[in-house]
Amino acid sequence: MLKRTLLGALATTVALGFTFAAAQADAANERFKQVLERGKLVVGVKADYKPWGFRDPSGKLVGMEIDMAQDVADALGVELELVPVQSSNRMQFLEQGKIDLMIATMSDKANRRKIVGVPQPNYYTSGTNLLAKAGAVKAWAELKGKPVCGKQGAFYNKVVAKRYGAKIVAFVGNAEAKQALRDGKCIGWVYDDSSIMADLASGDWADYEMPLNTEDDTPWALAVPVAELGGVWGNFMSGMTYNWHASGRLIELEKKWGIQPTQYLADMHERMKAYEAQ
Amino acid sequence: MLDLLTPFFRRLYDETGWNFVIFYEQYEWDRFVAAIWVSLELIVASLFFSLVVGIVGAWLQGSPIRAVRLFMSGYIQFFRNTPPYVQLLFFFFVLGNFTPKVDMGGYYEPMITSFGWAVISLSFFAGAFNVEIFRAGIEAVPESTREAAESLGYSRLMAYVYVILPLAFRVCLPSLNNNLVNLLKTTTQAYAIAVPEMLYTLNQVWSDNVNVPEMMIILFVYYVGLVAVLVWGMHRWERKMKIPGYG
Repeated sequence: MLKRTLLGALATTVALGFTFAAAQADAANERFKQVLERGKLVVGVKADYKPWGFRDPSGKLVGMEIDMAQDVADALGVELELVPVQSSNRMQFLEQGKIDLMIATMSDKANRRKIVGVPQPNYYTSGTNLLAKAGAVKAWAELKGKPVCGKQGAFYNKVVAKRYGAKIVAFVGNAEAKQALRDGKCIGWVYDDSSIMADLASGDWADYEMPLNTEDDTPWALAVPVAELGGVWGNFMSGMTYNWHASGRLIELEKKWGIQPTQYLADMHERMKAYEAQ
Repeated sequence: MLDLLTPFFRRLYDETGWNFVIFYEQYEWDRFVAAIWVSLELIVASLFFSLVVGIVGAWLQGSPIRAVRLFMSGYIQFFRNTPPYVQLLFFFFVLGNFTPKVDMGGYYEPMITSFGWAVISLSFFAGAFNVEIFRAGIEAVPESTREAAESLGYSRLMAYVYVILPLAFRVCLPSLNNNLVNLLKTTTQAYAIAVPEMLYTLNQVWSDNVNVPEMMIILFVYYVGLVAVLVWGMHRWERKMKIPGYG
């Protein structure tokens, strides 16, 4: 009896496995075909990460990544629909087919590549930097023994504490950490440089600056469904990104949205241009 | 100490994936040990000052001066009716800006640190409950005992210290015990104002090492142990102070 049950279970598993494999082969270009058929591209973007993706006073989603999404839709000749996503759910939205493409300030990490497809090259990088009162800090080494505000759980906290001997004072949220900085409870706020740039661009931090060299640069990844990475969709997005770099479009957008120019975009532009000149 | 633990916990991680990183990596171990000290200091200081607040407050509550009694009830209302978490944030972010501080070039060294604010806030919070607990004890002391003390020539303060409080203490120890256990556990909320106690530290450890379940277990074991020690001590004290035929 037991043996028969086990065999039955095994057979079902094998059958399911075959169905799954077949579905996967079909899926290689399914989403891409869908996009063309429905004449609409659905892109997941940030709505709270100025100036990459945020809402303008009329409530419309705007920003650098929204412009990139528009470029993709234009190249495909389809309409664009934007869906706001959170850092915590963006990969699930893509997995579940709620969005066709995700451009949402996501760091490119090995464990994420198992869940979503990341076409190369990357379109941006960000790293660790410091928001501090103008003139207060000039080098990372100056942080030794001084209180530096941070957010609880951020991986930079340990890095900065270990590498430079800073005394990390970490708060539950960014709002509290930034308030502590404003109150002078710490010499600076250690965080992602793209987010700090966004704060500086918002105009609320007039006497403050980002005085240090960015460390531990991590590339940002846009993402397609993992099954379509090797298909038309993944290759198409690789081409889009290549052309964005080669034509200088990303540098242009960076300027448009008031983002401090990044070395990565300048380098990539040079490399792609040199490659084309050959 | 760490040398003894390292081989076992490293093997545990390699073979089972249970990552008790604080027991085999020097940096995390140091953080863990520092957190033990900070949390113990925080607990001892808060327990002590909350008792002081309770004893003094209960005496003031029985004051013949109306303004003092009003002040006391205002204090109790304020601290009993607001969450301790909100109090911590309020003390640190609002009152913290009005206390003297030293300019260190780029930042200020405050006279009262976040640890100091945690002790103040938690002591006053638990103190408000202690006042009420002591009041219950005091009211349990028979009026005739109070009058007897008075007729022996005790002043109000002396009668409180030598006659009423010792009797009241015995009555209110069980509920005091409860409140102090609660206070011990509430000290973890000091993580909100960046006091590097146990919860704050382990939170950072599990964020850096992605080992939430393991550090959660450590956290539970740590506080279960601390509360057990406190309750054991309080019960011993209770038994020792027992007067046969009273209470």
